[in-house]
Amino acid sequence: MHGLVNKSIQSFLRDNYGQALWVRVSQQIGVDPEGFEAMLHYDDALTEELLGAATRALDRPRGVLLEDIGAYLASIEELRRLLRFGGGDYWEFLFSLDELQGRSLMALPDLDLPDLALEVEGGGQFRLFVFGPMPGWGAVMTGLLRAMADDYGALVLIEQDGGGESYERVSVTLLEAAFNEGRGFDLAQPLGAA
Amino acid sequence: MSMHGTLESGRLELPPEVMGQLMPMFLWLDRHGGIRCLGPTMAKVIGEDVIGTRFETHFKLGRAWSRREVGAGEVGATQGRRLHLSLLRHPDISLRGRAVEIGPNGREGVLLNLTFGIHIADAVRIFGLTEADFAPSDLAIELLYLREAKAAVLGELKALTGRLEEARRSAMSQALTDPLTGLANRRAFDLALDKAIAGLAHGGGAFALAHLDLDHFKAVNDTLGHAAGDHVLGCAAQILREETRGGDVVARVGGDEFVLLLRGALQSERLKALGARIIARLEAPIAVEGAVCRISGSIGIAVSSDYESHDAEAMLADADAALYESKRNGRGRCMLVRDLRPDAEVSQAG
Repeated sequence: MHGLVNKSIQSFLRDNYGQALWVRVSQQIGVDPEGFEAMLHYDDALTEELLGAATRALDRPRGVLLEDIGAYLASIEELRRLLRFGGGDYWEFLFSLDELQGRSLMALPDLDLPDLALEVEGGGQFRLFVFGPMPGWGAVMTGLLRAMADDYGALVLIEQDGGGESYERVSVTLLEAAFNEGRGFDLAQPLGAA
Repeated sequence: MSMHGTLESGRLELPPEVMGQLMPMFLWLDRHGGIRCLGPTMAKVIGEDVIGTRFETHFKLGRAWSRREVGAGEVGATQGRRLHLSLLRHPDISLRGRAVEIGPNGREGVLLNLTFGIHIADAVRIFGLTEADFAPSDLAIELLYLREAKAAVLGELKALTGRLEEARRSAMSQALTDPLTGLANRRAFDLALDKAIAGLAHGGGAFALAHLDLDHFKAVNDTLGHAAGDHVLGCAAQILREETRGGDVVARVGGDEFVLLLRGALQSERLKALGARIIARLEAPIAVEGAVCRISGSIGIAVSSDYESHDAEAMLADADAALYESKRNGRGRCMLVRDLRPDAEVSQAG
């Protein structure tokens, strides 16, 4: 698993629940409290152990935890901006999801993000098929899509919608693309941010 | 005017609004270089009220055309080739695109379709552009995306490199430093000695090797405890640091055992004076935890120029022998190998 994934889970735990909880989780899985390096690779099993230890420490179901992680990812300014490059409104953003994996590969050729396919059912109804390297990416995408809906100021209903052997499904109902102003996005990167 | 393009006898006609949707940065010049019409993004870049103004009041042609007076003819002459422009008011912002003549012999002027070059991020900032200002077929947004993604990845890599460098330095210094006194350790000293010996073969400077053992140190440890002993070792290390020079190496190689690699003045008198000075300072009372410790030191010194063969082992063994000679003669003194065996080449005698 790409270190960026593990590092993200680590940051999520530390930022939302404090350093002490992260140290406890890291000790349970035998990882130095310094944690993961975003640019290195780790064994896939370690990511599962990390999630397992986190669900036990927080006493939350794995699916809920993963949704929260998805929402957390969209709250990181650098990632939020990269996601907002997907389109000018939530409608365009949804259609850019097909390209999300390709875009991530442009930035990091060895990042193993899930392949996404958007199915348009009409009437503002969509289904997102998530083909992830490990189960749980559907929940992550659910949380991420909800957070991005807030970011765009769109009124959207998003639910995990089952799945099959190789994929998970997320249902998206776009009620109003421009419900409120959202968080705003300046195409020009704020000076000094780079 | 219709909002749609029409097809009449094989010719495509597009009204400016539709042209603007397809090519937000288009520019239509009349045959004299006056601006007839422009796309919405181009209007954000050079202004809304530019109809009728001349091309060369906004743009500078790049490359081979740059030195000539620019009119529509010159722009038209680039037909079929890539056109490079820069903005007169923002010379750092470059544009590129293609020009085609309109009408027979360019009678209706020249149509340019332009896009930003690699300075797109600056252009977006200066002109306050949004994703809606770019044609979907333009890779401008992808370029901006990559620029930020690359910056984020490089930031992570830079942080990783910094952490690795810090870890490397720390590992290096741990591997070469005696943690108690901060002096070099045995490994660091062996490396320095090997280097000095190798240097001799290549015309490097001679050096002296001093072996120092503290006297009465065990009594400090036994009566006042290890903490006091550690404090005394720290004091001794500080004295050795102060009495030696920058190029010298001072190492703690055992409990109360030190070796010094000394460069520079190697006359017997100088070395003896240094030894006496060190011993005198070691003998000064050291206050520790309400008690007063008294120690001393015995020293044996070998000098590389006394040896024909450059042999670290022999020098160390001889310095060690001289040290024990000092101990045997009542401690608190410094002896030179060359004084103990004045008649023979020293390493042969050892």
